Amino acid sequence: MAKVLMKGNEVVAEAAIRSGCRLFFGYPITPQTEISETLAKRMPQVDGLCLQAESEVAAINMVLGASAAGARVLTSSSSPGISLKSEGISYMVGSDLPCVIVNVQRGGPGLGGIQPSQADYYQATKALGHGDMHLIVLAPASIQEVADLTMEAFDLADIYRMPVMILADGALGQMMEPVNFESRPSRQIPEKTWAAGGHGDKRKNNIINSLYIQPDELENMVVERFKRYAEIAEKEVKHEEYLTDDADIVLVSYGITARISKSAVNMARANGIKVGLFRPITLWPFPSKAIHAIGKKTKAILTVELNMGQMVSDVKLAVENACPVEFYGRTGGMLPSVEEVYKKIATMAAELK
Amino acid sequence: MYNILLAGFGGQGILFAGKQLANAGMKAGKEVSWLPSYGPEMRGGTANCSVIIDEQPIGSPLVTTPRVLLAMNLPSFKKFENKVLPGGIIICDSSLIPAKTARTDVSAYYIPATVMASEHGIEGMANVIMLGHFLKVCHLFAYDYFEQAMISSIPPKREKLIEVNKKALSLGYHYAE
Repeated sequence: MAKVLMKGNEVVAEAAIRSGCRLFFGYPITPQTEISETLAKRMPQVDGLCLQAESEVAAINMVLGASAAGARVLTSSSSPGISLKSEGISYMVGSDLPCVIVNVQRGGPGLGGIQPSQADYYQATKALGHGDMHLIVLAPASIQEVADLTMEAFDLADIYRMPVMILADGALGQMMEPVNFESRPSRQIPEKTWAAGGHGDKRKNNIINSLYIQPDELENMVVERFKRYAEIAEKEVKHEEYLTDDADIVLVSYGITARISKSAVNMARANGIKVGLFRPITLWPFPSKAIHAIGKKTKAILTVELNMGQMVSDVKLAVENACPVEFYGRTGGMLPSVEEVYKKIATMAAELK
Repeated sequence: MYNILLAGFGGQGILFAGKQLANAGMKAGKEVSWLPSYGPEMRGGTANCSVIIDEQPIGSPLVTTPRVLLAMNLPSFKKFENKVLPGGIIICDSSLIPAKTARTDVSAYYIPATVMASEHGIEGMANVIMLGHFLKVCHLFAYDYFEQAMISSIPPKREKLIEVNKKALSLGYHYAE
């Protein structure tokens, strides 16, 4: 298939349809509204449904219902809307229900702004809802990867019976790049024998529930779920490295900032500074082992984020003081320029001498 | 690498013009990115977009120091004029920008695109006139190639737009100061 030029938001929508998703429930918010705009047009063409709910809270509970019935289902929002969805997300985790949730992040807190941000890293990876829980969190850095990871997200959600988040940002949502939707290697998707999708009295009722009044029973449920998390952490971690082999300084950055960081790495290399880039693709599970290995062989690490310093704490935990870890970030919707990041690298390089 | 910044008022077709450049680059097998400013930039506000066309995979899609600036209003011209790389190119819609650059290290071209569009009965096509002049001075794409790439992106039900786009592109290309 020939490449087409598409916006990140449009690509999420198209990739969802190509993943067999036929249900979308959402509520508009900048900078991700093109997802529902595209699906409003596309879903009827494939006998699907795109529904604008009365609120984010309603939308996530519709997602819960559709998922409980065994459907592949998508919702999307941007930062404040994701906060509204967090209760329903926790209920879905507690009910072991798959779905894909897209957060095209904007500046916060509060209503914040509408420009690109990565300030929801903590929320996405640590506490997207109450209770002992995780989501798989995927961070695309190009429009092609938005397509690939959205399709991957549906598979992961079904395989591990849990919500998967695509953590993007306003720039990735709005920008266009060439993309192709080639068939990807398909994964074995287990049959949804747990779904409450009707059975014509041929089996016992399936019950979808997140309420467990007996503490020992709830503890068992959570412990069993964490065994699945451990399996995911073993099998599903993804990252990418660029020029890290001989690097004195390694930048750690994801999403749109990884793109800016890569340009800064090239600029630094052109100026004789040995720098590389480590790009986490899964933010949960976090590529801690690989970062630990980097920390042991490089002289210093710099994390670059669109916030006041969030992923940097996971990097520090992974590095275990094997080398110094510094941070550079902009927030509120500001994007750092390549030159800004380069200057920070140059300062660090001078200090290493 | 061509990093191009297109800037003007919302409603002038800045984002459309940028998309045509990115699309032509993609069809020529190059790496491309298109990043719009977005937000309260509806008709009358300022709008700009970053387009990068490169042989190598693109890092940052944000153009802060353009090699080429297409400016279609005075605020954009003033804002970005000094950001253009030495040796770069500035193309101004001189109908709307009553100023010239003081810089001597860039090539500047002035074309009254908005007035030309009105005079030829193709109001709203100043953006494509600007693209025509871009083709003339930048040599990034052959004229016929770009014209074909642009036309092929027009959906069949908008067929009548083909002629006006061709006319606008030609006017911009053949304009001589």
